[in-house]
Amino acid sequence: MTAPSLGKDLLGLEPLTAEQIRLILDTAEPFKEVSERAIKKVPALRGKTIVNLFFEASTRTRISFEFAEKRLSADTVNVAASGSSVQKGENLVDTARNLEAMRIDMVVMRHPSSGAAKFLAERIPSNVINGGDGTHEHPTQALLDMLTVRDRLNRIEGLKVCICGDILHSRVARSNIWGLLKLGAEVSVCGPQSLMPRGIEQLGVTVFRRIEEAIEWADVLNVLRLQLERMQAGYIPSVREYYRVFGVTLERLEKAPRDLLILHPGPMNRGVEIDSRVADGPHSVILHQVTNGVAVRMAVLYLLAGGQPGLAEAAKGSGREADE
Amino acid sequence: MSPSERRTLLDASEVARVLERMSREIVAFAGGTEDLVLVGIQRRGSDVAERLARLIEKHEGATVPLGVMDITLYRDDLQTIGPRPVIGETRLPVELDHKWVMIVDDVLYTGRTIRAALDQLADFGRPARIGLAVIVDRGGRELPIQADIVGHRIEVQHGDRVDVLVEELDGRDAVELVDGGKT
Amino acid sequence: MKPMLIRGGRVVDPSQDHDGVADLLIVDGKIEAQGKKLSAPDGAETIDAKGKVVAPGLVDIHVHLREPGREDAETVASGAMAAAAGGFTSVCAMPNTDPVTDNQAAVGFIVKQGAAAGGARVYPIGATSLGQAGKQLSEFGEMVAAGAVAVSDDGHPIVSSQLMRTALEYARSFGIPVAEHCEDPYLFQGGAMHEGTVSTQLGLKGIPAAAEEIMVARNILLAGLTGGHVHLCHMSTRESVNLIRRGKERGVNVTAEAAPHHFVLTHEACRGYDTNAKMNPPLREPEDVEAVRAGLADGTLDAIATDHAPHHYELKEREFDDAPFGVIGLETALGLGLTQLVDTGVLTLAQLIRCMSSEPARIFHLPAGTLRKGSSADVVVFDPDARWVVDPARFLSKSRNTPFTGWELRGRVERTIVGGVTVFSGAKG
Repeated sequence: MTAPSLGKDLLGLEPLTAEQIRLILDTAEPFKEVSERAIKKVPALRGKTIVNLFFEASTRTRISFEFAEKRLSADTVNVAASGSSVQKGENLVDTARNLEAMRIDMVVMRHPSSGAAKFLAERIPSNVINGGDGTHEHPTQALLDMLTVRDRLNRIEGLKVCICGDILHSRVARSNIWGLLKLGAEVSVCGPQSLMPRGIEQLGVTVFRRIEEAIEWADVLNVLRLQLERMQAGYIPSVREYYRVFGVTLERLEKAPRDLLILHPGPMNRGVEIDSRVADGPHSVILHQVTNGVAVRMAVLYLLAGGQPGLAEAAKGSGREADE
Repeated sequence: MSPSERRTLLDASEVARVLERMSREIVAFAGGTEDLVLVGIQRRGSDVAERLARLIEKHEGATVPLGVMDITLYRDDLQTIGPRPVIGETRLPVELDHKWVMIVDDVLYTGRTIRAALDQLADFGRPARIGLAVIVDRGGRELPIQADIVGHRIEVQHGDRVDVLVEELDGRDAVELVDGGKT
Repeated sequence: MKPMLIRGGRVVDPSQDHDGVADLLIVDGKIEAQGKKLSAPDGAETIDAKGKVVAPGLVDIHVHLREPGREDAETVASGAMAAAAGGFTSVCAMPNTDPVTDNQAAVGFIVKQGAAAGGARVYPIGATSLGQAGKQLSEFGEMVAAGAVAVSDDGHPIVSSQLMRTALEYARSFGIPVAEHCEDPYLFQGGAMHEGTVSTQLGLKGIPAAAEEIMVARNILLAGLTGGHVHLCHMSTRESVNLIRRGKERGVNVTAEAAPHHFVLTHEACRGYDTNAKMNPPLREPEDVEAVRAGLADGTLDAIATDHAPHHYELKEREFDDAPFGVIGLETALGLGLTQLVDTGVLTLAQLIRCMSSEPARIFHLPAGTLRKGSSADVVVFDPDARWVVDPARFLSKSRNTPFTGWELRGRVERTIVGGVTVFSGAKG
């Protein structure tokens, strides 16, 4: 059997096959155990240099990547640049060329512009991992969401997953939609129509207008963070009404025909999109997601760092690997 | 690859005799079973270690702690071979400090796997002593590493392959030499 | 100036409903005669045009020449040469320069630079409002006296309906059209591409078709109210075409243009975040492309105009959100028209040339777009059968921002003549 590989970069889940997504999830399994060890470190990426290039503030994703990198023994540098590259005065091409000149091996990038990760990947030979680009994709978040669902429910295929909230501005929603559909889940979205992107149904998802309908339908709810700026921008009238109409509350969950698994990519707005009693309740797997985040990111780093797939095939051609 | 020629080095009963002898030598090496821990290297090494543990239990009436280790993340050739798609489980049931740890593998060849295993063990604790038991030592070392207990010794050409087959994975016990054919 | 005899070409002149093999004689920079077997006067340059098309020089009423302000992207001279290479003999330069071309002196500067360029004729368009700020009208009369042929705030819509009304009324005094970029700025805000399934997938902020259509409707209503001539730039949606069709049926003085990219490409071209597919109005859906084509075929859309928008390469070499809108078009327009409209049966060759010469000239009252005896000898000769591959490195424009790199097009310009003088001569093939 030819082992699937990821290629040079991880830019999103849309370009991946189901087999590649499963490869990442399966590879994440043993990495969970590494984080449980007293010495939480393996030498797999020893000597690799990784730059975490964050053009948007993000504590949790950056820390998760950094832990993943350090536990694989990579050397890491964090570059935080607030605002867009243009505001910073240096454009992304120049940033890319500078990184290339410093002979780094991998870049994890978060950027406010959709397509920025692809832009960078096309211009440098290093591996590029998309840590979130604009409102396009956030593949490692969706991967850790799927790993968590698989841990709890032992499968993805055939599950009904509803993504709730601001779909219009959510890269997490897009990556989850692609990933879940490829692995055979049924996917729906639910939220105010003013935060629903045009033509979303054509991606293969069902749209629920009412959260009650979504809860009745779903096995899993992935509750997105409501950016408070959306209210200022006039997409919704008030946070108070949002909670009343779309909030995932205990009362609503109690009417569900089955137990639901509740995911949230964090950070949560308690009392806005999610009731504290739900977030802290038995159905919430939010902290499990955080733990899995490190394992999934270790898996992605490991798979991308592992040299060229062509060489791997050549090595296999000569029989079993040396000394096994 | 063209169909390779296979030649049996040890058949099932010979494998059984070899394991029997190895189990006794391991106990002798560790001066008993009290501080002994067996650690099999994924994948076939872990099956061999389990067999040895059962044999020791039969002879000595004592249960020996049995661990498994996947050394993939400690390999030095990630760059050239590419990532292995499946990394096996690593599970060490007891603290290793002050123990006599016997690493168990099926075949000893270049020594690089054992080098990785030693590095990994060092991250888990500080055993009193670490030993190595293998069913086949096929020569061809690239590092100054030797086994303490060897079931069968044979010099095999580079390019040829020694397969240790175990019932658990392969449906039968055997050691076979596979002609690499130099294709 | 030597007389010129263009022999044996297929002379296509929609202004006279002429389409047939003939000779064309140019004397003293004017069309002297057209007919069979004309004899060459003494000292005349004779051009063999057998198998070639001889047509009125093409007219582009919507180009951005970037001078003054962004001479690194284009100048009046380089733009006039790029125009000539594309078969154009007249172009109208939009006023969104830096500083804005919103006064007599600035208009005069463009006229002067155009006269010195030695390429296509360059006609300035003055800004409708001072600084294109949408607050106060510019001095239309002074600008017309200096050579402006129309007014426009292109690049920026006139948001105030009151100002637009006044502009249309005031422009009537000078017989010029108000060319308008139709866009509701509130619906548009922050948009990077057409709002639809592709923008949803790419996570790019969409620009709904309604952002254009609302302003198309408003401008037609205001033209009806005032009797002024509104010219609607770069129409891109099916509903815009419908609105214009109904406006014309009601007798409103409305004209409209379509850009080649809008009759060729859809929003699918934005996949991969290709910034050369980022333009405003954005590339729309296949139904919109069909509607634009149909609009050109039935005359709802009067003219083809390129909206030639040069940008220095480094501005397009960045994230999609941050890249500027616009593509260049002067050197690919004829080839795209032949390949995408004539070869597909949307237009006849004569209709294409009408949309690219006599119609735009009529809308902006330019002395161009005809081979009638006595008119200025602005002529293009092109080989309709020559195929060529778009290679931006060979463009005479200073900029390279085209989405058509590598496309094979039909129809190569062999000679462009302005006032009897050859300003561009292509490779013989």
